[in-house]
Amino acid sequence: MAIKDYLTKTKADFKKYQSRNQVREYRKSMGNKNLYVKCRKCNNSMYYKDIEQNNFVCTCGEYFRMHAKDRLNMIIDSTFIEFGSYEEFVNPLDFKDYNKKITGARTTSELDEAVITGYASIGGVRTVVIVMDSHFMMGSMGSVVGQKITRAVERATRHNYPVVAFIASGGARMQEGIMSLMQMAKTSAAFQRHHAAGNLYIPILTNPTYGGVTASFAMLGDIIIAEPNAMIGFAGKLVIEQTIKQELPEGFQTSEFLLEKGFIDLIVKREDLRDRLAKLLQLHKEAK
Amino acid sequence: MNGLTAWDRVELARSAERPTSLDYINYIFDDFIELHGDRYFGDDNAIVGGIAYLKGMPVTVIAQQKGRTTEENIKRNFGMPNPEGYRKAYRLMEQAEKFNRPVIHFVDTPGAYPGIGAEERGQGEAIAKNLMLMSGLKVPIISIVVGEGGSGGALAQAVADKVYMLENAIYSILSPEGFATILWKDANLKKEAAEMMKLTAKDLYQLKVIDGVINEPIGGMKVEDTLVFENIKYKLIKDLTELKKLKKNKLVDLRYKKYREMGKYDD
Repeated sequence: MAIKDYLTKTKADFKKYQSRNQVREYRKSMGNKNLYVKCRKCNNSMYYKDIEQNNFVCTCGEYFRMHAKDRLNMIIDSTFIEFGSYEEFVNPLDFKDYNKKITGARTTSELDEAVITGYASIGGVRTVVIVMDSHFMMGSMGSVVGQKITRAVERATRHNYPVVAFIASGGARMQEGIMSLMQMAKTSAAFQRHHAAGNLYIPILTNPTYGGVTASFAMLGDIIIAEPNAMIGFAGKLVIEQTIKQELPEGFQTSEFLLEKGFIDLIVKREDLRDRLAKLLQLHKEAK
Repeated sequence: MNGLTAWDRVELARSAERPTSLDYINYIFDDFIELHGDRYFGDDNAIVGGIAYLKGMPVTVIAQQKGRTTEENIKRNFGMPNPEGYRKAYRLMEQAEKFNRPVIHFVDTPGAYPGIGAEERGQGEAIAKNLMLMSGLKVPIISIVVGEGGSGGALAQAVADKVYMLENAIYSILSPEGFATILWKDANLKKEAAEMMKLTAKDLYQLKVIDGVINEPIGGMKVEDTLVFENIKYKLIKDLTELKKLKKNKLVDLRYKKYREMGKYDD
């Protein structure tokens, strides 16, 4: 195949994937990093590698969604020691085809579940890191996500380590019904103990942060950071519009909106995040 | 009351004939004094809170309050709290801890209110703070779901040492209509959704999400069913007598362990 044909093909194929805004899947499906990706905001095409080097930020400033492992690479010093990762599956409602949905999500996301947890050092400070990934069923929180987060926070409490958590979640995992609701209580309880023992917790809210995750550990940080222009809220836009029968104001539920309303401490760009986290962690460590 | 479908119970739980939280409070407690406001923004009428005696024992009572008439419902926002309601609850719980009073919650809400103001004032943050506070509060907490237990808006008053449900109350991640819409793109499948969501008291007792079911008369709970009020009163007195015997740390540890078990699949 001539190079010209190849590019034509990939550009056409890309359109198919663009609708889902899943840059990584696209790249993987082509088995090649040297491909174009298109920004949905400015419509520019660029090499995946260039985007990757730029922390998945387009030259126009648009933020691409990131995979958990890329987020880790962006902030940790060197090694990440992952806590037990499970091929576990619970289906409290016996929801039909939920297992198939999970299997599918595992294949496309290369993750066991919507969160990874482990030890890492950031700016030389030993930290427990929690990274949610919206590529796995929109980062929704079911029993496994709740359990993994709870265990990670309990470990942090045991060793008096700070917790840094990337939040990316549409909310509770509907397929698990009430059990996903209970994960809100369970994770908040774990953070309560971490908090009561005088430990630092920094959540980083990314697009999207919604529902039961917003109404639990996402909002329980000592210092709450958000990425620029992320969508953060409790109720979804559609639900609010249906309830109040009017359109929502421009910029509603963005990071900048939350900063203005006083619900987050800082908006930090990806390029500055590593340094900013390192400073915050070091400062708190020195005070101990 | 066998033979009722889950959807029948959803309708009973939402019925306007059902007693509201204040009906329970007025019967069960003596000298209820309502306290108002969150000290930051306002007073939310969807949540009623105050102090009272339970057979001579000082307690803090916090309840989600629906109305029966349209006028009452507008005042109570159909039992859908705003952040200031949850923050009032937070304040009263801290106060209860300070004065060593047990806290009794009545849960009856379709959910936390999804509005512009609610988002601007941090609905998610308000709920999250309650979950955190309740998981470590050093006085006994008992929650009773008397009607609808709608999602995070209900959970914000239901992290407790004992959670009970009335026989025809419901408690779920969201409404059956919402569940059917999100997962099957069809709100008309609400009855099927109700069946599979395990939102009835019996289902939730089997899942160990709640600690007990309070029986209702055939046909569902009415305001004149004072026997049920008596049963609740008796249960509260019995439980609080037991819970008050526990050392504070033990009480909190047991509560932590209870929620730690939920959805557990290993270790």
